[in-house]
Amino acid sequence: MKNFLLVVLAALLLTNAAPAQTNPVQDVLQSQRALIEKSSRRSIGPAIDAIVSSGLPQMQEVLEAWRAKDMWQRKSDGFFFAAKKNSDGTYALQSFDSGASVGDFAKSDLKQLKPNSGIRAMIATALVQFQLTDPDISKRSEALDSIARDSEAALLAPLRASIAAETDPDLLVRKIRLNHLMTMTYDADTASRVEAINNMAGDLGVDYRGTLNPLLSTKIEITDIGDVPDANIATDLRPGTENFSRQTAYEILVAAQLAPPEVTVDARDAALEANIVAGRVGGLPVAQLSTEIKRNAAYDTLVTDGLAAPRITATDIDESLAKHRFFEVYAEPSAEVTTAAKAALAKSQSRVAVSQAVDLGLDALSLASIYFLAAIGLAITFGVMGVINMAHGEFIMLGAYTGYVVQLFIPNHTLSILVAVPLAFAVTFAAGVALERLVIRWLYHRPLETLLATFGVSIALQQLAKNIFGTQARPLTSPAWLDGAWAINDVIAISYIRIAIFILALLFFCLFLFIMKRTRLGLETRAATQNPRMAASMGINTDRVNMLTFGLGSGIAGIAGVAIGLFAKVTSEMGGDYIVQSFMTVVVGGVGNIWGTLAGAMMIGGFQKGVEWLNPSNTLAAQTYMIIFIIIFIQFRPRGIIALKGRAAGD
Amino acid sequence: MNRSFIARNPSVLVFLALLGLFTLVVSVLSEGFGVGLISTSFVKTLGKTLCLCLIAVAMDLIWGYAGILSLGHFAFFGLGGYMVGMWLMYERTRQIVVNSLAEGVLPPTPEEIQAAIGNQIFGVVGSSEFPLIWFFADSLVLQLAFVVLVPGVLALVFGWLAFRSRVTGVYLSILTQAMTLGLSLYLFQNASGLRGNNGLSGLQNLPGVTAPQSAVSLWFFWASALALGLGYLLVAWVVSGKFGSVIRGIRDNEARVRFLGYSVESYKLAVFTLTACIAGIAGALYYPQAGIINPAEVAPIASIYLAVWVAIGGRGRLYGAVIGTAFVSLVSSWFTGGQAPDVNLGFYTIKWVDWWLILLGLSFVFVTLYAPRGMSGLIDLLVRKSRGEDT
Amino acid sequence: MRTTTALATALTMGAALPAIAADCTIKVGVLHSLSGTMAISETTLKDTMLTLIDQQNAKGGVLGCELEAVVVDPASDWPLFAEKARELLTVHDVDVIFGNWTSVSRKSVLPVIEELNGLLFYPVQYEGEESSKNVFYTGAAPNQQAIPATDYFLEELGIEKFALLGTDYVYPRTTNNILEAYLQSKDIAKEDIFVNYTPFGHSDWSKIVADVVALGADGKKVGVISTINGDANIGFYKELAAAGISADDIPVVAFSVGEEELSGLDTSNLVGHLAAWNYFQSAETDANAEWVAAWKERMGTERVTNDPMEAHYIGFNMWVNAAEAAGSADVDAVRTAMYGQEFPNLTGGTAVMLPNHHLAKPVLIGEITADGQFDIISQTTEVAGDAWTDFLPESAKLVSDWKGLGCGMYNTETKSCVQTLSNY
Repeated sequence: MKNFLLVVLAALLLTNAAPAQTNPVQDVLQSQRALIEKSSRRSIGPAIDAIVSSGLPQMQEVLEAWRAKDMWQRKSDGFFFAAKKNSDGTYALQSFDSGASVGDFAKSDLKQLKPNSGIRAMIATALVQFQLTDPDISKRSEALDSIARDSEAALLAPLRASIAAETDPDLLVRKIRLNHLMTMTYDADTASRVEAINNMAGDLGVDYRGTLNPLLSTKIEITDIGDVPDANIATDLRPGTENFSRQTAYEILVAAQLAPPEVTVDARDAALEANIVAGRVGGLPVAQLSTEIKRNAAYDTLVTDGLAAPRITATDIDESLAKHRFFEVYAEPSAEVTTAAKAALAKSQSRVAVSQAVDLGLDALSLASIYFLAAIGLAITFGVMGVINMAHGEFIMLGAYTGYVVQLFIPNHTLSILVAVPLAFAVTFAAGVALERLVIRWLYHRPLETLLATFGVSIALQQLAKNIFGTQARPLTSPAWLDGAWAINDVIAISYIRIAIFILALLFFCLFLFIMKRTRLGLETRAATQNPRMAASMGINTDRVNMLTFGLGSGIAGIAGVAIGLFAKVTSEMGGDYIVQSFMTVVVGGVGNIWGTLAGAMMIGGFQKGVEWLNPSNTLAAQTYMIIFIIIFIQFRPRGIIALKGRAAGD
Repeated sequence: MNRSFIARNPSVLVFLALLGLFTLVVSVLSEGFGVGLISTSFVKTLGKTLCLCLIAVAMDLIWGYAGILSLGHFAFFGLGGYMVGMWLMYERTRQIVVNSLAEGVLPPTPEEIQAAIGNQIFGVVGSSEFPLIWFFADSLVLQLAFVVLVPGVLALVFGWLAFRSRVTGVYLSILTQAMTLGLSLYLFQNASGLRGNNGLSGLQNLPGVTAPQSAVSLWFFWASALALGLGYLLVAWVVSGKFGSVIRGIRDNEARVRFLGYSVESYKLAVFTLTACIAGIAGALYYPQAGIINPAEVAPIASIYLAVWVAIGGRGRLYGAVIGTAFVSLVSSWFTGGQAPDVNLGFYTIKWVDWWLILLGLSFVFVTLYAPRGMSGLIDLLVRKSRGEDT
Repeated sequence: MRTTTALATALTMGAALPAIAADCTIKVGVLHSLSGTMAISETTLKDTMLTLIDQQNAKGGVLGCELEAVVVDPASDWPLFAEKARELLTVHDVDVIFGNWTSVSRKSVLPVIEELNGLLFYPVQYEGEESSKNVFYTGAAPNQQAIPATDYFLEELGIEKFALLGTDYVYPRTTNNILEAYLQSKDIAKEDIFVNYTPFGHSDWSKIVADVVALGADGKKVGVISTINGDANIGFYKELAAAGISADDIPVVAFSVGEEELSGLDTSNLVGHLAAWNYFQSAETDANAEWVAAWKERMGTERVTNDPMEAHYIGFNMWVNAAEAAGSADVDAVRTAMYGQEFPNLTGGTAVMLPNHHLAKPVLIGEITADGQFDIISQTTEVAGDAWTDFLPESAKLVSDWKGLGCGMYNTETKSCVQTLSNY
């Protein structure tokens, strides 16, 4: 594989016109037929080499078709063709040699070649030399992708050669960057390698660090104590230090067969079992060997009798360790390169750490905004009105399913979201008003019973959704412009959908403040909540106000449902995932105050991400600790972060 | 004193008599006695229902009488089950391991036995070391004590913190819900040492007992009936005295009771802890009949259902809690068991598996709105009517 | 009632069908959750069983008797599984049970099945480390799914660094343990294996996906082995797509994501990511085409087939053949007749029931396509399922052989049977 490029170049120069032969491409392919059919990355190399080194101009097309799974084999004679599916289900075959149509065949007469992605990567590497200078910009970009994924020393020369002719500025930047990266590893000249490393020192790219780190890979070597090894030594290792225990050191010696192994419990027991004579071993009856002490004693007797290997004592270990020197050796022979790489990497690391902290902060912010969005409806119904609505989660679900149903009718994702958001609001607003009119209005003086009644509504709604939509998760797809992520650098990135949720949360926050502080409804709501009888006697229709406020809270939950469905999933049980968290958010923040809800969401999101960062392998633990934290927090601030004072606090 | 207590509460005697009669009838008709009219699986269902009735009685004490809507009592129920499950699992495994190791050439050391038990119990969840909390698992007496102690201590600590800070009403409900959620999340972790999501299983097989399940199920049925009877008696006694008057006072107007000089927090804490202990006992009897305990059992939804049962049965009446629980859980298993006939409406067939929960949810709304006294309100009505006819 | 209806149908359909005797029915228990969290997966299997039973009845039933399905709903409630299993075996007197999905539900049912000597066919890929006399495991053991997929990663994709992401329960835990041991035996350093566990239904994946991307910083090729369960996958794949991780950069192979799970997702951004199963709907055989057509006709064209369905398909047909061979539906007779039963896979080749109650089945690896299906890119020959993995020291010395040794947990070192009943 390494040298084929040279061969190719030579072949390309020598070939002037297609030979008079009939099927040169097919002949080459047939000569490699067994390997191509076997289709394993481990054995395909020679076949690709042969195809490329044949120097035939059609080979680029062959490789591209093969990689795209468009190369098919005719079962009758095993010939390979490019195939296209016809509308009637048959496949039109095309000769690679002439480009001429060979005819239509049924699928059962053909076999599709399905190279796995390992092979596809190798094909891509082979294609690089054709594509680097291809007039088609997407193919040049593909070639660079391929180099970035699997770089090879042989690709350095063609890459450098293609830089001068590059017209596209973006690609030019990428080519130069790749050239730098490859120079670090593959260039023959140490000075230019060091220069390339220093040029990019402090860069944040995963590719850059991914290039430096292999240069710094080490392995542990051992020599006799007096010897000076001829190698690029990274560090000397002293047995008994923190990172290199005496135990580890001795195990390395044993593995290298420089010291005898310690007698393990298993080895001891095996020796005992092997030496049982007439029900006794080591002077003791077998039946007595049911404690460690007795077994050790019996083994010691075996050792004195010369029937078993002696135990390794601490002095033995000391002696063995004292005789050897341990050190880490760079795989890279050049000390200049490793020194430069080490310095450059250290520079990157500190910047990476900062970026990671920023990224974590963004994650926490995003999680907080999701919690906030899920809780904001509750902040209205529970926080302002004091109504415990256990069906809040189901309103979120209702909104998400509305989004799903809208997408069934409007396939355009952008348009469907634009329709779904107001529709979800309308649906859940109506559901909220209905709930308030039919159930909650009768229970304003019995808050605990509201909790139970709305729980009944919650299980009924959940089951109803299951009966209608089934138990499978339903797809709710975001429009294409929300795909992908906003990447500030290789470490800090956040997906657009999360940004959208953040903006939505912010928008609702402002909307809430506006309604509560600047509109008549807000004024009336606050009045009706604080003192319903007084409000009523001032001419406020408290019934209507309660209904509208509850509807508003529910409607916002519906919109939150669409947003949550876009970024996670739409199932009948999604409401349950958010209900407890939402209540926590409101309670921790402080009831009756939107700033409190915001603070609660921020605290919960931040705390959870913090624990995740401390313990990255167990996300469940983060959630557990968060709950425990909340329980303890509420003990000390029962009214939440931002507690209402005075009369507004009520009871 | 005791006599007058019974005399003042004739319903307790009626309840105990009915419970005894029910136990007798079920026993005689069960497979264990050879009649076989009631299958072993149904005896188990009935036994489990009795345990649920017991925790419902506890729930009624704390909610119906003391006015504290705890949405976390299943946490205590589950803990009781875990405590007893640890011993069952440990002892059963120990017997298997000892028998198996006896086949080896060398007689096993205690360390080997311990390691092998650890491997059998925890191997399936990817570790083999004994977590610290299994330290006493070999002692039946200690684990049985933990059935009461662990839920009791948790309730004491949690209650002390919460009542001290004057967390009341819906806040307390949400906080207790957080407690049970936290516990279930904790138990879900493998690191908790209680086998994570898998929980403890095979609990119906008592170590060293060779009697068939038809007999074992009866033993547990009797034990559950006894526990329910005793629990009922205890709670009825508690609510009938002065203590009962104080907690009812707290329910109706906490501030007023406090001004009268009572330490409201202590009363609340006592009720919370007592009910937690009862819940622990109920759980310890429940899970050997169910056969398996795992974290999903203590998820918040279970405790909410408990409140539902008590509400449907009727709060503030102990027999109401029992009736509600027995009725809803049995009807629920009948509807979801596939035995309930489908209703064909012509254009649509109502399958109860699909529609039962909707019915339950709506009936719950209905009960809260129109029958706050639940089913026991109906009984009161009948009793009053019959008395009216008598006189 | 059902019998007479079937008889009437048989009569009206004419003599072409073999007559079914009216006086006998063989009851088949179906123990799948129809409500609760697992209904999403298990309802499909209940429908599969009903389809298979109807098909068999149309062919004349078993032993001249009509099959009657007894469907119960354990409602994703694990203790309820034990209760319902007991009900099936004692109240309904079923001859065989097809059921369960999660491992914990299986562990719940095991003591009941063993006590009452029932017969359970368990159709889902699982963590192994179990072999009950009364259970036939028709899904994949780790060596029939996880190990071949890991080999594929190592050999075909050249992965040098692994992220093992799983939901926090027993299947991912055990599978990841086995894989960690296996990878280390293949010279992958412990530092190059990143393990993470998330709760069921997890939806906030940004940090974990970022962690996985960061793994690439030391220049090794990273691959993800996912044992993430159920609908948590939706959020995971959405985040993966949003982060722009292509299958060429960081391939993900999933063990719990099939056609059914993909139907809740737009897969256009996930093309090329992988799944390992013993069956994919896209398998090109006549038997499969027939099965898929029958399924879609019964359930609707948008419905898909998946691996556990095939496991039930094989298990059910093997049970039918074993009952015919034994001349009885009696549990012990059928179990003895099961060993060595062969039945053609839907993917080609033949599945064989081994004495350890596992199947020999081919392992398939498929790439996700834009239409929510899998493109099969690798298919092995039949791999024999191994009850006790060879890659963990404690279970390497155990074997299961119910035919020869009569023991499901036989210690080859001490040459003794550890236990004949499971310790659950």
